[in-house]
Amino acid sequence: MKPAPFDYVRPASIEEACRVLAESGGGATVIAGGQTLMPLLNLRMSQPFVLVDINAIPDLKGVTRVEGGTRVGPATRQADALRDRTLARHLPAFITALGHVGHYQTRNRGTIGGSVALGEPAAEMPATAVALGAMIEIASTRGTRQVPAHEFYIGPYMTVLEPDELVTGIVYPDWPDGHLVLFREVAQRPGDFALVGLVGALVLEGGTVSRAGIAWFGMGPTPIRARQAEAALLGAALSGIDADAVARAAVADTAPFDDHHASAEYRRTVGARIFARALRETLDLRSAA
Amino acid sequence: MSEHAIELTVNGHRHAARVEARTSLGEFLREGLGYTGTHLACEHGVCGACTVMVDGAAMRSCLMLAVQANGAQVTTIEGLADDDGTLHPVQQALKDNFGLQCGFCTPGVAITLACVTRDNESAGEREMEDALVTAMSGHICRCTGYQGIRRAIRQLSNRKLAEVAE
Repeated sequence: MKPAPFDYVRPASIEEACRVLAESGGGATVIAGGQTLMPLLNLRMSQPFVLVDINAIPDLKGVTRVEGGTRVGPATRQADALRDRTLARHLPAFITALGHVGHYQTRNRGTIGGSVALGEPAAEMPATAVALGAMIEIASTRGTRQVPAHEFYIGPYMTVLEPDELVTGIVYPDWPDGHLVLFREVAQRPGDFALVGLVGALVLEGGTVSRAGIAWFGMGPTPIRARQAEAALLGAALSGIDADAVARAAVADTAPFDDHHASAEYRRTVGARIFARALRETLDLRSAA
Repeated sequence: MSEHAIELTVNGHRHAARVEARTSLGEFLREGLGYTGTHLACEHGVCGACTVMVDGAAMRSCLMLAVQANGAQVTTIEGLADDDGTLHPVQQALKDNFGLQCGFCTPGVAITLACVTRDNESAGEREMEDALVTAMSGHICRCTGYQGIRRAIRQLSNRKLAEVAE
């Protein structure tokens, strides 16, 4: 038996889950899929007093269309989201990124909300939420609030979520039909965390970029929105886009670090390359169509 | 430290037990119920050896708690072959192609390949092979160099090869 002892509760409603979180005074941890939390428990890097299992709360599961967007319940399994027709139709960038999350076996149990709420800086789902402009819905016994994804992440595995709060939904705004998907990542094996990656969406109108949302993962302590690159692309005519220059602008917003797997310099170099390639590929595809 | 009464079905047999909350499903299968075919190795979701089917889906049994499997249908490596001992096609393919050496990772590999072949039953040869190879990224094997497993996947994907094997 590897984890330190804990109590386990399986609430049936959001209200009950929030009550348990509030009553435990910061000693509780929420488990959804557990594909990151269980390793942390087994390694005793996380030692909660109470584990709050949200898998029996029906309101936290499933994909629904809402005014102006698509709402994903946080306890929705990654494998189910990957097969979801609404997501495939409205959020192709989300689906592309999700295909790179973990392995076949972990996607069968891992959830969208778990990945979003955990805030691993090299993970695809937090960056996707930032790139697409998602809104994180949060509940506690004190009430509910909504936080834009780009304000949700404050450091590695650190978010604005208070210990008594629960993510109850992730709402991705609609992007127009036919918008383009930008995605590239470099990882040691398929399914591993990316050394560097980017995800985004672009809208073309009359040969110019009219909307852009792009974010990096593995390029700093949080997912990082490529604001300078977005600004460089907005209003630009396709013929006038210098992919390498935009990629340099994109890298200028990042703050990568050295670790066992790659140096910051490697991440910047490779990041600029894959950004430029992604841009060329995505825009060429369009012009060839 | 809470204890919980659970009931689950493993390979068609119903079991009821009390488990400590922190007991992983993999540990419970091995220590609690004696299904020692499920191998625990890294116990943090990296190696894939402990993969079992939970309600038909391949999952890491080290990354879920036994209490979370309450009410579930679990299939372990012991449940893959027919009752008369006829090997599951995945087991047969691994055997035919030397897809194992020490065998430690094999139960997990076989469970994954069984799930993926079932999910892609109507897929073409190429699609099936791609799906099987991709899913293997979730397993680490230190003996075979993956070549035997790769050949087993070839056999599973190609109907003619599979028929010759039969």
